[in-house]
Amino acid sequence: MARFALRRLAGMVVVLFAVSLVTFAIFNLIPNSDPAQRLAGKNADAVLVKSIEEDWGFDEPLPVQYWETMKKIFSGELISYGDQLNVDEKIVEGIPATFSLCIGAAAIWLFFGILFGYLSALKPGGWLDRVLTVVAIAGISLPAFLLAAIFLYLLTFKLELFPAGGYVPLTEDPVDWAYHLILPWFTLAILNIGFYSRVLRSNMLDAMNEDYVRTARAKGLSERRVMTRHVLRNSLIPIVSLFGLDFAAMLGGGAIIVESIFGLNGVGQYAAESITNLDLPPIMAITMFGAFFVVLFSAVTDIFYAYLDPRIRLEASAR
Amino acid sequence: MSSERHGPWSLAYRRLRRNRLALASLALFVLIVAFVLAAPLWADHVAHTGPNATHTTEKIVVDGETREVVDVEGKPIGPVWFGAGGEFFLGADSGLGRDEMVRLMYGGRTSLMIGLSSALITTLLATALGLLAGYFGGRTDSIISRTLDLIWSFPVVLLGIALGTALAVGGLKIGPLEVEGNSLWIPILIIAVVMTPYMARPIRGEVLALRQKEFVEAAVAQGAGSLRIMFAELLPNLWSTVIVFFTLNIANNMLLESALSYLGAGVQPPNSSWGKMVSTGVELIYTAPILAFAPGLMILLTVLSLNVFGDGLRSALDPKSKLRLEAHTGTVEPAGTAV
Amino acid sequence: MSSQPLLSVGDLRVGFATEGGRLQAVDGVGFDLAPGEVLAIVGESGSGKSVTAQTILGLTRSPDSVIEGSVRLGGAELLNAGEAELRKVRGARVGMIFQDPMTSLNPVYRVGAQIVEAIRAHEPGTSKEEARERAIELLRSVGIAEAAQRVGDYPHEFSGGMRQRAMIAMALALEPEVLIADEPTTALDVTVQAQILRLLEDLNRSRNLATILITHDLGVVAEVADRVLVMYAGKVVEEGTLDQIFYDPQHPYTWGLLGSLSRLDRPRPQRLPQIGGAPPSLLAPPTGCAFRPRCPHEFGKCAEVPALDGRLPEAAAHRDRCWLDPEQKAERRQVEGGIGLEAPS
Repeated sequence: MARFALRRLAGMVVVLFAVSLVTFAIFNLIPNSDPAQRLAGKNADAVLVKSIEEDWGFDEPLPVQYWETMKKIFSGELISYGDQLNVDEKIVEGIPATFSLCIGAAAIWLFFGILFGYLSALKPGGWLDRVLTVVAIAGISLPAFLLAAIFLYLLTFKLELFPAGGYVPLTEDPVDWAYHLILPWFTLAILNIGFYSRVLRSNMLDAMNEDYVRTARAKGLSERRVMTRHVLRNSLIPIVSLFGLDFAAMLGGGAIIVESIFGLNGVGQYAAESITNLDLPPIMAITMFGAFFVVLFSAVTDIFYAYLDPRIRLEASAR
Repeated sequence: MSSERHGPWSLAYRRLRRNRLALASLALFVLIVAFVLAAPLWADHVAHTGPNATHTTEKIVVDGETREVVDVEGKPIGPVWFGAGGEFFLGADSGLGRDEMVRLMYGGRTSLMIGLSSALITTLLATALGLLAGYFGGRTDSIISRTLDLIWSFPVVLLGIALGTALAVGGLKIGPLEVEGNSLWIPILIIAVVMTPYMARPIRGEVLALRQKEFVEAAVAQGAGSLRIMFAELLPNLWSTVIVFFTLNIANNMLLESALSYLGAGVQPPNSSWGKMVSTGVELIYTAPILAFAPGLMILLTVLSLNVFGDGLRSALDPKSKLRLEAHTGTVEPAGTAV
Repeated sequence: MSSQPLLSVGDLRVGFATEGGRLQAVDGVGFDLAPGEVLAIVGESGSGKSVTAQTILGLTRSPDSVIEGSVRLGGAELLNAGEAELRKVRGARVGMIFQDPMTSLNPVYRVGAQIVEAIRAHEPGTSKEEARERAIELLRSVGIAEAAQRVGDYPHEFSGGMRQRAMIAMALALEPEVLIADEPTTALDVTVQAQILRLLEDLNRSRNLATILITHDLGVVAEVADRVLVMYAGKVVEEGTLDQIFYDPQHPYTWGLLGSLSRLDRPRPQRLPQIGGAPPSLLAPPTGCAFRPRCPHEFGKCAEVPALDGRLPEAAAHRDRCWLDPEQKAERRQVEGGIGLEAPS
């Protein structure tokens, strides 16, 4: 198991390196325009552009450019030329909000997704089943911004049930923190609950036909025990890797829109603002860190998956 | 039994015909397409204005009463419906006083066009790459799969944003090919490339499975070349998967485009799309909610109809398929990422 | 041997509602099982033998199934018993093992844990350590070497034969009176098959464990069975002791099964006699005797479903479902000097 984990993590480092190369390529190697000009952004003047050129080494060979860019990003010296702020610092400032949003939303959608999936597998074709199908299809068809806009309009404006936005740090006031996050949490969660409950339901229906479930019944186990320890347990395994992908994707993508609509001042909102200003250094940094997170998280997910399914573990270390 | 006389396609067709929900969704989608195609007709004959024409200081007659298009406080007129003969049907957008209905129809053309074109490109790329990787295996597979995995590592929206913003500023120039920063080709190509791994992986998986089957071995034994095998033996068996993925991909691409345009990294001015309209609409959400909800609703209806129809298509073509509702991640087997 | 049967199945009928209509998988099957007896139920796939076995433990209950008849274990009726009552029987009084031990064990739990689970489900007061010790002892008793290490392994770390042994150990954990073995050797290697059969035989003798052995393989039957039930299309077509079935078979289907066994003690036939045709569709069963379409000896009366009767005056317990009288049967079953199906030329 440890060997598998180590190998997986080692592989991850290679991918991280490749990710950094691609990010570099996107921002500094696009044919046509002058990278220095691009980085300088909207308020560029010739002096600024020239100093950027030197600073980033655009007149030097490619590997040097790459090195300079990476040095900037990782040493915390990356400056956004648009607003003269340190990019890395701003990112760090935004992390608590972003994580609060994503982890909270993920907890909600996992909990309800698994609960509803379990219940609808117990009575396939029942009303819960059909409602969830509708919710699932709606969930994958709804743009996040539409749902957020609906919530904002109905629940904060028309009904004034929730605050219209803003983030309150957890350390300051946990209740207020949660109060401000409820709508954003449910916006992200609703998009995914239906889908996850359907996947779990489908896995469970398959598992219920498996031979080992028949054996469990033949042993005289209670129906509840058969359903939880055998059917549910085995059905949750594929959900783990699905969740890994989705969580990372949400952190990197879906959260951006929700953060900006609800004004949560997280990394996502910072990204959204940078886009509006066509300010490239923050976007570059966020893109790279976002991808890093995906790679890291997917390695962790794989390792956890191997832990859950002993067949993978032993198969992998045998290789 | 009479089913022996019908090929798999006509069987699928009959199953689909019986699925009324899927047919209704298809009808909805066709209706939406017709709606946006009718944009010039509406603009010329009903609204008498274009999508970008501003009417800030004008007045119109609504049910006999004269009202300002944009009032003194800068608030645009709300939905007028047919009160002015169809002009400003949905009201005006923002302080610029443009006809929202006309913009909705024209914006829809852009959204649908981007969705369809990028889906076509993604499907072509993904099928080609999936075939090559799955059939040849070995190093070809390695290179293709690693590249796809690399793209996959970037969160879809972030990658779209990165490419979108980088290209929006200066455009693209590869040799003789030059694309302007605000050309529609930029979002089309970005979305097409970003979504390719999600389709290429499952197709590659299917090709791998098909390769093991006897008819491929038979073709090889008959001396058929690789290209022939790929086109004549493998591709025909992939059609049903490809068609379903294509349909669902249009939906996903439209969602991605709307997200990117909403943020400003997609469609660039002077072009507009539904996603972009929502972002300007959200700014006025409390005073003129229709500006955000109308385009948002259109996106929802379009994507919904495609997803439901795609799901129906899938069960018609392969009723035992387990690939249900895996649309948004595109994963067929959520069994962990490749090591 | 006591005269009171341990398990008594009476006129069992099991039908399933399917897309194509009602499928009658078991159509009036009855038998008794005495304590310590080994009863083999033989038939091809679709004969209803597995469904019969699974119905004993109520494993075929579902909204789509219609189950009628009687299953009495030591006098208590199981067929319509409540789930709670049935649970007490499963594993504790009747143990069951299935065909494919790889898929019949949960791949994500250790083998020992699955045995412990069975023990603690019926004896909740047992501590985990105690249950684990018992599990190790059980694995040892079925011939698994290094049981103390093996108990912590996962199913896929066991070989096929070992997995089946582990399943047997698990089925016997609570010392049931009856073991139902549903095609226990079908998924195994030929050499391993022999080992498992020997194990079942040992267990039968040493614990007086009544056993129902389901199989399609007559060779398996010959090793261990006391009595044999031959099933075809959901009905019992012949039943008798091992010797009766093998040396004096009364039903053409049995002749076919026996004839298709290659025998070392006879000269090699020109070709192995086969049973022509295919098993009938249970959705639209033929009228009259179900075997009629494939029987070379059929005649007019076969249009009527034959009753299951003992037609031999000296062996009333040897029953069969064939209208031919015993002399005709003895004559017709001879094919090239052996017992086979085809009409002798």
